[in-house]
Amino acid sequence: MSALALSTRNLDKSFGSLVVAKSIEINLPAGERYALIGPNGAGKTTLINLITGMLRPDAGRILLGDEDITTLAPHERVKRGLVRTFQINTLFPQLTALEAVTLAVCERRGEAADWWQNLPSYRDAIEEAYGILVSLRLGDDCERPTHELAYGQQRLLEIALALATKPKVLLLDEPAAGVPHEESGELFEAIANLSQEISVLFIEHDMNIVFRFASRILVMVSGAILVDGTPAEIAADQRVREVYLGSAHHG
Amino acid sequence: MPAPSSLVPPQQFLAKQVRWHPLEIVFWIATLLPFYFFPSYLSLASQIAIAALFALSLDLILGYAGIVSLGHAAFFGVGAYAAGLFSKFVWGEPFSGLIVAAVLAGVVGYATSFIIAKFRHLTLIMLTLGIGLLLLEGANSASWLTGGADGLQGIDIWPLFNTFDFDLWGYTAYTYSLIALFVIFVATRRLIHSPFGLSLRGIRENSVRMPAIGAPSEAHIRKVYTISAVMAGIAGALIAQTTSTVSLESLSFERSADVLVMVVLGGAGRLYGGIVGSIIFLVARDQFSGINPQYWLFWIGLLLVLVVMFLPNGILGGLARIKLFQRGKA
Amino acid sequence: MGPFVAVLFDGFAYGMLLFLISVGLSVTLGMMNFVNLAHGAFAMLGAYVTVTLMNSFGWPFLATLPLAFIVAGVVSVGFEQTLFRPLYRASDLDQVLLTIGLVFMAVAAVSYVFGTESQPIHIPDYLRGFITVGSANFAVYRIFLVVVALLVSVLLIAGLEYTRFGAQIRAAVDNQRMARGLGIDVNRIFAYTFALGSGLAGLGGALAIEVVGLDHSFALIYLIVMLIIVSVGGLGSISGSFVAAIVIGISDTAGKYYFPYLGAFLIYLVMIAVLLWRPAGLFGKR
Repeated sequence: MSALALSTRNLDKSFGSLVVAKSIEINLPAGERYALIGPNGAGKTTLINLITGMLRPDAGRILLGDEDITTLAPHERVKRGLVRTFQINTLFPQLTALEAVTLAVCERRGEAADWWQNLPSYRDAIEEAYGILVSLRLGDDCERPTHELAYGQQRLLEIALALATKPKVLLLDEPAAGVPHEESGELFEAIANLSQEISVLFIEHDMNIVFRFASRILVMVSGAILVDGTPAEIAADQRVREVYLGSAHHG
Repeated sequence: MPAPSSLVPPQQFLAKQVRWHPLEIVFWIATLLPFYFFPSYLSLASQIAIAALFALSLDLILGYAGIVSLGHAAFFGVGAYAAGLFSKFVWGEPFSGLIVAAVLAGVVGYATSFIIAKFRHLTLIMLTLGIGLLLLEGANSASWLTGGADGLQGIDIWPLFNTFDFDLWGYTAYTYSLIALFVIFVATRRLIHSPFGLSLRGIRENSVRMPAIGAPSEAHIRKVYTISAVMAGIAGALIAQTTSTVSLESLSFERSADVLVMVVLGGAGRLYGGIVGSIIFLVARDQFSGINPQYWLFWIGLLLVLVVMFLPNGILGGLARIKLFQRGKA
Repeated sequence: MGPFVAVLFDGFAYGMLLFLISVGLSVTLGMMNFVNLAHGAFAMLGAYVTVTLMNSFGWPFLATLPLAFIVAGVVSVGFEQTLFRPLYRASDLDQVLLTIGLVFMAVAAVSYVFGTESQPIHIPDYLRGFITVGSANFAVYRIFLVVVALLVSVLLIAGLEYTRFGAQIRAAVDNQRMARGLGIDVNRIFAYTFALGSGLAGLGGALAIEVVGLDHSFALIYLIVMLIIVSVGGLGSISGSFVAAIVIGISDTAGKYYFPYLGAFLIYLVMIAVLLWRPAGLFGKR
């Protein structure tokens, strides 16, 4: 049994002459929270796309625990516990929050292919979905269509959808993106309350979140990992300062 | 601290959306009216019921899974020719003909679904168009089998239960078509309100998010496409059996375009949209049938333009908006 | 050998004609992702301009061509500014429905004004007849077609490569957001490109009368061929349209000559096969 929940080996990807991933090697131990930071355009979201299978790498391997998942289809990876959220809300506008999370739960339980029984008869799935929504303070608004929810609530719904799949490894792509300070408290709580059994890799620009939650930080620049270390090491690292933290230190 | 929830418990909320609305019951009772009030229009009523079934099949993939098909008549035509040929070469018993047509259309649908499920946008539209045109050309060329441009000859449909003849009055035809429509409608309604129906709406709402929650989108699409093909095939068989004619028109682009207009007119993704659309479309066409067909084409074109610009969710969508608007005012 | 070369040439000439009609659709689809099924109506418009000018006003054939181009181009911009622009962000379905609706209206309007019969024109004598090389007969008109189409292609490609406007078009097709970011007025570029593409379609339509005949259903019939060429060639690619048009033109001509039983089968099979192999078209963005 590997102690690593997720690892990549020599992940390469180029679009023509544009190199977006160069020999990326990541090791995420089980139960840990790692942060991935870097300037815009460094390739962080691309890396998530590579890991989840939305993009096919030119070379390299991706391992979930001991299993090589490099050639698996995206939904297969989700079934094995590798789940991501999106930087830009990628939700179901006309579905109510309850329907959306129930859908994710049903997919996980393999009940989404059932076409004869009415949805309300799947009480367990609905209860579970409702439970997730309540834990993220979305319980009261769960019967409203997604497009009517406040932006901060939609970011929480992003996480709710991911949690509904019972992930083992969770990739959060800028969970706080665009969320104003007043609303970010619930988001903080949501991330803090993530079960210790889930290993988390999150991309963030918000340094409050990064330094509060991450036990290790990876810095990515121009498609490659520049350096990785503990928060203290990264904060003190001159190269990182120059590239990223130097001029923009608003957290 | 969240206030104690005064909401309906979640499971009940979902159950409420699934119950039959009184208006629905009224509607289905109203479908019996033609027998008493418009007995001379029963043939037309039968055609409308069949078109409604066809439209329902398209709505399933268009309104619920978001697949834009310009070639859905392919399955309608396969069903029609299957039923016609079955009556010609095997025997004319209607129910068995219906089953044969459904199975054949389902097989063709299943085969093509593997192609359809992999693509989106223009490529998908073109593939549906291409497959439809291919089948049309095939039927045209295989005139030794299909009768080509002259239509299928030698169709011989036996009376239903050996007693009820498919005559020009249309009593049998309308009863037959209406029951088929209702039975399939109830099954479709269940499907829409099932977890599978929810996953179809998920595909329509955000096809990118679906694999990210572990949904095998392609498998889902293949399944709904096959079901839709079966339904369309049954509609085609009904036309063949109630009118004893099958022509190339059943496979044509015109028919694919017409059914698309019906669904969009009524409102896609609203279960009753195709039915409402086909009633309006066919009644209007019947009323205007005396007039030059070019005028008809012009008005349909104008209607499409107006619907897209002002009524993007069709008539049912427009009515829903009015209801919301009124509720907001109250 | 003779008939084979002749068939090849005829197919090539037909392909050139299809290229003229389709190239505008490919570029506008690639640039704005706007599914414009009304493109065929502009081709038909150009054709009817030529017919009217020749048969009702006695204009010489060649003189009508620039006007077919201009009228189609100008009218198309009218539609673009009023009806199409609000729908650039709309769904595929909405765009398909709106533009199909316009085609229906155009077809109906044309049959009301001109009737449903085929519209013949008399091309000038110097464009008639055949040139014989060896055992193959080459129709003079088709040679003329090829020359015109190649001339247009050269002008197009030169314009794209060497003018500032061309560079802006290429940028807008390649990456619209970045082009806007660079200060390029993408909307204006699009309007001009749309006019150019529709104008070319009008020109192609006018040239097509002699080859395929003209009646009120032209817009619909050739819509399908245009869509096939655009999908096969790849959205936004002029060279893609060129290659695809030649492939389709030759397939169709050769198919009808050698396998009449297959009829129009062949081009649908070709399209489906290409799309399965390369969903974005031969030269499309991947």
